[in-house]
Amino acid sequence: MARMKLDNYAVADAPRLGVRGWLRWIWRQVTSMRVALILLLLLALASIPGSILPQYPQDRAAALAFVESNGWWGRLLDATGFLDVFGSAWFTAIYVLLFASLIGCILPRIAVYWRQLRAEVPAVPRRLDRFELQDEAPASEGARDAFDRATAHLRRRGPFGWRVRVEERDARDGRELALSATHESLREAGNLLFHVALVGILIAVGAGSLLTYRAQAIVVEGESFTNAVVDYDTYEAGALFDESWLEPFTLSLDSFDVSFTVTGRAEDFTANVTLTEPGSEPLSTRIQVNRPLQVDGGKIYLQGNGYAPVVTVVDSDGEVAFSGAVPFLPQDAAYTSTGVVKVPDVTSGEQLGFVATLLPTAVDNGTTLVSAHPDLNNPVMLLRGYSGDLGLDSGIPQNVYVLDESQLSPLRDPDDAVWSVALTPGETVDLPDGLGSFTWEQTPRFAAFDLRTDPSLPYLLVAAILALVGLSFSLFAPRRRLWLVAPLADDAHAARSTVVRAAMLAPEHDAGAADEMRRVLDVATGRVRSIEEDE
Amino acid sequence: MTPQSLSLVTLWAATSLYAIAMVAWAIRLSRIADERVQAREAVVAEPATVAAGMTIPAPASGMGAGPVVLTEDDLPRRSAADRALGTARTAMIIGLLLHAVGLVTRGIDSGHVPWSNMYEYTITGSFVAVAVFAIVQARRDVSYLGAGVTGFATIALGIALTTLYSVSTGLQPALQSFWLVIHVSIAIISTGIFIVAFIATVLQLWQHARDEGQREVTGGGITRLRHRVHNAVAGWAEGAKWMAAVPKAMKLEALAFRLNAVGFVLWTFTVMAGAVWAEHAWGRYWGWDPKEVWSFVIWVLYAAYLHARTTQGWRGPRSAWVSVWAFVALIMNFTVVNLFFQGLHTYAGS
Repeated sequence: MARMKLDNYAVADAPRLGVRGWLRWIWRQVTSMRVALILLLLLALASIPGSILPQYPQDRAAALAFVESNGWWGRLLDATGFLDVFGSAWFTAIYVLLFASLIGCILPRIAVYWRQLRAEVPAVPRRLDRFELQDEAPASEGARDAFDRATAHLRRRGPFGWRVRVEERDARDGRELALSATHESLREAGNLLFHVALVGILIAVGAGSLLTYRAQAIVVEGESFTNAVVDYDTYEAGALFDESWLEPFTLSLDSFDVSFTVTGRAEDFTANVTLTEPGSEPLSTRIQVNRPLQVDGGKIYLQGNGYAPVVTVVDSDGEVAFSGAVPFLPQDAAYTSTGVVKVPDVTSGEQLGFVATLLPTAVDNGTTLVSAHPDLNNPVMLLRGYSGDLGLDSGIPQNVYVLDESQLSPLRDPDDAVWSVALTPGETVDLPDGLGSFTWEQTPRFAAFDLRTDPSLPYLLVAAILALVGLSFSLFAPRRRLWLVAPLADDAHAARSTVVRAAMLAPEHDAGAADEMRRVLDVATGRVRSIEEDE
Repeated sequence: MTPQSLSLVTLWAATSLYAIAMVAWAIRLSRIADERVQAREAVVAEPATVAAGMTIPAPASGMGAGPVVLTEDDLPRRSAADRALGTARTAMIIGLLLHAVGLVTRGIDSGHVPWSNMYEYTITGSFVAVAVFAIVQARRDVSYLGAGVTGFATIALGIALTTLYSVSTGLQPALQSFWLVIHVSIAIISTGIFIVAFIATVLQLWQHARDEGQREVTGGGITRLRHRVHNAVAGWAEGAKWMAAVPKAMKLEALAFRLNAVGFVLWTFTVMAGAVWAEHAWGRYWGWDPKEVWSFVIWVLYAAYLHARTTQGWRGPRSAWVSVWAFVALIMNFTVVNLFFQGLHTYAGS
């Protein structure tokens, strides 16, 4: 592209561009290859911070902690979108411009391509001897027969193959037949298909993000949940997703099988579930990590698992204030898990809260207890208690896995040390100051299920496959031109000594070009009778 | 002998054979350069006689002419270049066979395809790189890439065996899918192809530097530094006489492009297959996990390279540099991202 002066005003007599002129200039810049290239490079560069800095959509807690611990620098990065790169204004601007450039480039090319397809094949060059690829063969049945066969052979693939033009023209001594064929359109067609399919991918991704929902439910063995927003632990939906679209099926977790090696490496997780869809029989099935369960329009994925100890808390009045399974979140490969028990409904006195760490296979490493294996070989729960206000009445949604300690004070021993006990399954401990007791009843497992539906997926897959096909054609489809010339004989005798000359133009690396020319000559001169028989 | 020890022994043997092949390829390159220089000097000295008996065409320029250009009839004794070629080819092919045995026995030992962690990915990836080179070499003479490819494989295998090695284990649940076979194998194959293309690109950039010669050091700051670096590289390339046996920059460009094009299509497939697998295993096809970010960056950079080749002002060295950056991103994705970034693909590191 020619360099253009930006400041027209600097030259007195230069015509002013005006608004339309400027718009046209901007459009031409955006759709130029050079700008597309720079945008591509920018897109790559702009993505990199997304893998280095913590990102809100991927890890909200880490992003918040990053802002917290980096002062003004963290706040600056936060404000400029570096902690949500792929949702930031500048990243969006780059890919929107890139797609504008792509569309602006592709539309005119489709028009040109369309015209080219309908235009006539260029005429045969006057001289064929200047081409590197040349051949000739005698055609005993005359030029017309030979050219008919060659034309039929070349046209056998229809619009994806050769475009052929045959004409009669004057030669040095009499008349001759000249055939011109091109096989170039597939490359450009593939290129256009690839770029159009990329736009299709963008549209499918955009539509998908509006019409999707994603939810997570944590289910303890023996329990179940219903596909409704109230039953989910987390729920996100696209702007156009309607909650009433959720089919009210019920999923119960009958049992959860795990298998760990002696060294504690996971070998298998299997959730044995029963799915009850409205109006149909309950279905017993399994969900595994790479084998989601397909339900009406969506899928249920097994995303995580852990222990959910059943605990009972009796308050100072001797009433059961809490009883149930509490999911503990695994913190490491040995399933050292932490959980929080909130007991707001005490009969009298202050609310109670507990922070507990579960060690499935507790071993003493000399200084502290740690877990050595994810199975329950020697389960121990380390427990600390709090009393005060749990802060549940403020109306602000709370994280169930975190105890808000701002209005709580730790329970203390008679000798004023922080109360802390280690207990085993089935054991009951009394709380200090006669506040009641804490019992660890059983240790069932829980499974975390992700539920998701995205109606755009089939379209996305089709667009992706088309992009791949288009890309392959645009890079590997042949680019060949072929010419045949043969003199037209006056009588049958002369026809017998007709010689068909051929030439071909192809890129240097195209190793199959000479073979194809040979074949066309063979078919034309009758050495191979027809393509069908041969193939 | 257990599969585990057989695997280790064959891989170590392959490593040493690649090292031998590398030296032999390098010797061949410099011998060809010698012969060319001698032929050129001979032409200058005695144009008539040499022209009559000369059957020493430039090997590298004879595309499709086969690796051995000097035939027995023309030269009574096998030249040094041919002897080196024989050694290089033999060492490389036996190395490849042993390498294959090493991969298969590793697979038998672990009970799954040998590409589920960094060690396995490296031993399989280096195998593919050498295999790609051997396949291309069988069709046309690209022996000037031999030293680079076998050298790369020697280093990769050496690092794999000494520092990345991990005892084979079963597959963790997240990897128990047939997509492991598809997604990762295609990723490895495209990586192998990109490696060979990258070596061709490096040679291409050296040839460009050699063609351009010394620049006048002007400008300030970075420009000045760039000129100085260029002059150092150009000076070195001018001094390296084996560069005479390497084809012209444009020829290397064409070769690198064709390899990169194949690699790019396979990489596109890798990313797409990865998205399908992610949708299957994690319930989303794309989540900007660090590995996904870098796979995307690699894809975009190679796409930029393909565009740059046809953009005015970007042909030649500039587009070659884009592919170099893309390759750097590819290596980053395999090393830094695996080892230092937290993400869903973290099992790749162990």
